Amino acid sequence: MSVIAVRRSNLPGFGLTMGLTLTWLSVIILIPLAALFLKTFELSPEQFWGIVSSRRTLNALKISFGLSFAAALVNLVMGTIIVWALVRYRFPGRRLFDAIVDIPFALPTAVAGVALTQLFAPKGWLGGPLAELGIKVAFTPVGIFVAMIFIGIPFVVRTVQPVLIDLDVEIEEAAASLGANRWHTVLRVILPGLIPALLTGFALAFARAVGEYGSVIFIAGNLPNVSEIAPLLIVIRLSEFRYADATAIAVVMLVASFLIIFAVNRLQRWAQARIPTH
Amino acid sequence: MTIITASDPAHLSHRERSDRVSDPGEGSSSAALPVGNRKTTVGIARSNSRTEPGPVRFVIIVLALTFLTVFVVLPLVVVFAQAFSKGFIAYFAALAEPEAWSAIKLTLLVAAISVGLNLVFGVLAAWAIAKFDFSGKTFLITLIDLPFSVSPVIAGLVFVLLFGAQGYFGPWLQAHNINVLFAVPGIVLVTIFVTFPFVARALIPLMQEQGTQEEEAAISLGASGLQTFFRVTLPNIKWGLLYGVLLCNARAMGEFGAVSVVSGHIRGETNTMPLLVEILYNEYQFVSSFAIASLLAMLALITLVVKTVLERRLDEGQAPSDH
Amino acid sequence: MVRRILIVAAGLLWASSAFAADYSLLNVSYDPTRELYVDFNKAFAAAYQKETGKSVEIKQSHGGSGSQARAVIDGLQADVVTLALAYDIDAIAAKGLVATDWQKRLPLNASPYTSTIVFLVRKGNPKGIKDWDDLIKPGVAVITPNPKTSGGARWNYLAAWGYAQKKFGSADKAKKFVADLYQNVPVLDTGARGSTVTFVERGVGDVLLAWENEAFLAQREFGKDKFEIVSPPLSILAEPPVAIVDKVADNKGTRGVAEAYLKYWYSKEGQEIAARNSYRPRDPDIAKEYESSFAKVDLFTIDDVFGGWTKAQQEHFSEGGIFDQIYKN
Repeated sequence: MSVIAVRRSNLPGFGLTMGLTLTWLSVIILIPLAALFLKTFELSPEQFWGIVSSRRTLNALKISFGLSFAAALVNLVMGTIIVWALVRYRFPGRRLFDAIVDIPFALPTAVAGVALTQLFAPKGWLGGPLAELGIKVAFTPVGIFVAMIFIGIPFVVRTVQPVLIDLDVEIEEAAASLGANRWHTVLRVILPGLIPALLTGFALAFARAVGEYGSVIFIAGNLPNVSEIAPLLIVIRLSEFRYADATAIAVVMLVASFLIIFAVNRLQRWAQARIPTH
Repeated sequence: MTIITASDPAHLSHRERSDRVSDPGEGSSSAALPVGNRKTTVGIARSNSRTEPGPVRFVIIVLALTFLTVFVVLPLVVVFAQAFSKGFIAYFAALAEPEAWSAIKLTLLVAAISVGLNLVFGVLAAWAIAKFDFSGKTFLITLIDLPFSVSPVIAGLVFVLLFGAQGYFGPWLQAHNINVLFAVPGIVLVTIFVTFPFVARALIPLMQEQGTQEEEAAISLGASGLQTFFRVTLPNIKWGLLYGVLLCNARAMGEFGAVSVVSGHIRGETNTMPLLVEILYNEYQFVSSFAIASLLAMLALITLVVKTVLERRLDEGQAPSDH
Repeated sequence: MVRRILIVAAGLLWASSAFAADYSLLNVSYDPTRELYVDFNKAFAAAYQKETGKSVEIKQSHGGSGSQARAVIDGLQADVVTLALAYDIDAIAAKGLVATDWQKRLPLNASPYTSTIVFLVRKGNPKGIKDWDDLIKPGVAVITPNPKTSGGARWNYLAAWGYAQKKFGSADKAKKFVADLYQNVPVLDTGARGSTVTFVERGVGDVLLAWENEAFLAQREFGKDKFEIVSPPLSILAEPPVAIVDKVADNKGTRGVAEAYLKYWYSKEGQEIAARNSYRPRDPDIAKEYESSFAKVDLFTIDDVFGGWTKAQQEHFSEGGIFDQIYKN
């Protein structure tokens, strides 16, 4: 990889800092990830395809990506509602709840995992009443879904919040004075302005949920083909001494993360292009 | 682009500022209050065009708070409730176990090393990226961001592929009796991997916003590069730096999946606190497990408090009168 | 601030390494043996000190049997491995870390203690579970871990299979029986401990298939008023094996003490410790002494029914093996 410098400022240290940055980046990120790809090259394309398209792998990927998508959707809707409440309304405890949004971000995933399991297990505070209604959460795909919602929520809120704050209220007032009702104003005037941020938040929550391990494995039932997530399948394949399988699944997931990050990049560039200069 | 928008001080300062502006303007800290405390009808009449009818507001707030309570607050409460379910004595007895101590020590050690290294790297990377223009910058930032979206399990796996006895460097390491995997170096490596972006990503937007004028002035007055950094840049970015270190530290102490793959689970030696939470949980020692978990939860809470304070500082730092 | 943390951390590290024994062994074992080895290590260290005047410190690592074997293969510096089944040590031997004839180096297939598979049910046995047949009844939720990752789960599976094969006399019917059984499994944890926690603490399922020692332990931990152990009339003789990891022990110069460690299992004291922890002892005298602690179960071996671990592993648990076929239906 070559980065050609176009030095604009006359500050010193570009060569040194860039050199060290690239070295450190290579040692910690690039070489290890390259090892992953190198390992998969030991497989023939047929072998690789065989592993990736096996029923168990496909199901694990489906569960990881499908539930992550669903959880990100819930986060999108609920995140927007939370942002709306936090930004537009004043109520007691608003600042506290604003700070609380970040807990899933700061709480270690293993702690979140045991806590959610305890909460939603048939004997738990929420699991008990839900079980009486005939709803099983822990040890079913619903449990995975719940854990993914938990870890994803700050991403949507923190991405959308600053944009809603910066949104020009005069446009809203103009729309209202032109006779648009509130519902129309929200739908036609406010929402379009939030779309890039909403999509970014959605993509980030999605990406995080797809790779999530610690908070999910405790609450998932871990039944193959039913409630087994892809990262767990990687761990299982490792303990079965099947490195090739583990790396093949990892490569698929890694490529997916690349694509999501790439999409987020594009989204943000699109968002910036839409913002009129002020 | 920003992955952790929460750590983007530019946005946050905006938020704080517009909060202040809009507070009196909307004229109703009570506007959304479900009960009592009605304010002037004038305010409400004016805001009719800009806000939703009372019942809608009520439903939105209830939805938001219920959701946050169920999904975020309750899990946290469960941790403490379980930790103290057998009383204070059992709680502190659990924390006094030698195994708990060694896990705490290991976690602190790993966090100190990995946060320290990522601190240095973050400053270097932010300097190169924020203060200079070059092609490929977006690509470089994307690479720095990558660990955010890589599954922790994969982070562990790649180091097994590199340093495992069957891995690329494994045989050489074994021949020289160097233990990387299943020892402190391996745990540190994966922790650095997963916390890689935090400091750099907290600094880059801040340093970009601040531009290069102050530094250029210092240089033209004859200051050396290092002097410029320590006397001019560092005071400007210190709160942002602390902010990045804080988030980096929270993640470093809490990492589970990646560390689990490379730890080896040697009792009293390579178990970090999150791993010990799982182990004790699987040994029916629920009080002990949740006691350790409660320490980590407290760490999360302290992180949030300090974070809030830092955000205020960052906000003040935007004002020219600060220094 | 970071520097201060580093200094403190370095100080703590120094303090913890100030005490050092003459020898240090790492025993990499599977999940349920933690309590067993805490007892055993203490007794061995005392006996060794008395005999040789040297102190020995034994470190433990526990996890799913397969994951633990994987870690040793990947370079975890285990002097000895004490795993749930021979196949996992064979996998280590295949990488040249353990001599391939490891099972012949110690008496009794290198398994100094044995166990079997029993049923743990809730107080009063509300579903009336007495024998393997009861597990495939509709509406009975059976908890067992994933045989792909858990050693204990493989013993569970093979015990069920062995029972069905002996009762119905054909492999096809045995396959049908085991498939029916797994139809009743709502949660497949990755390890035996995970399954016990699911059953005992989270209240999922009607019956837990468990190691006998694990069932006793759960009963001790949570009280006899909550759980009952049901021993089926016929079950499998589970032989968890032990071995020295030659390459590591020779490299670290711990072969002598590692050998003494494993041999101590075959002493009266070692056998007594096994029995006290609800593992079935091999020594006839100790077995007689603890006769009343263990239910009389007709036990078949893996060699009898399956022709050894390698064959059983290949047929049942390999990719596309019978377990996979069951889960594809």
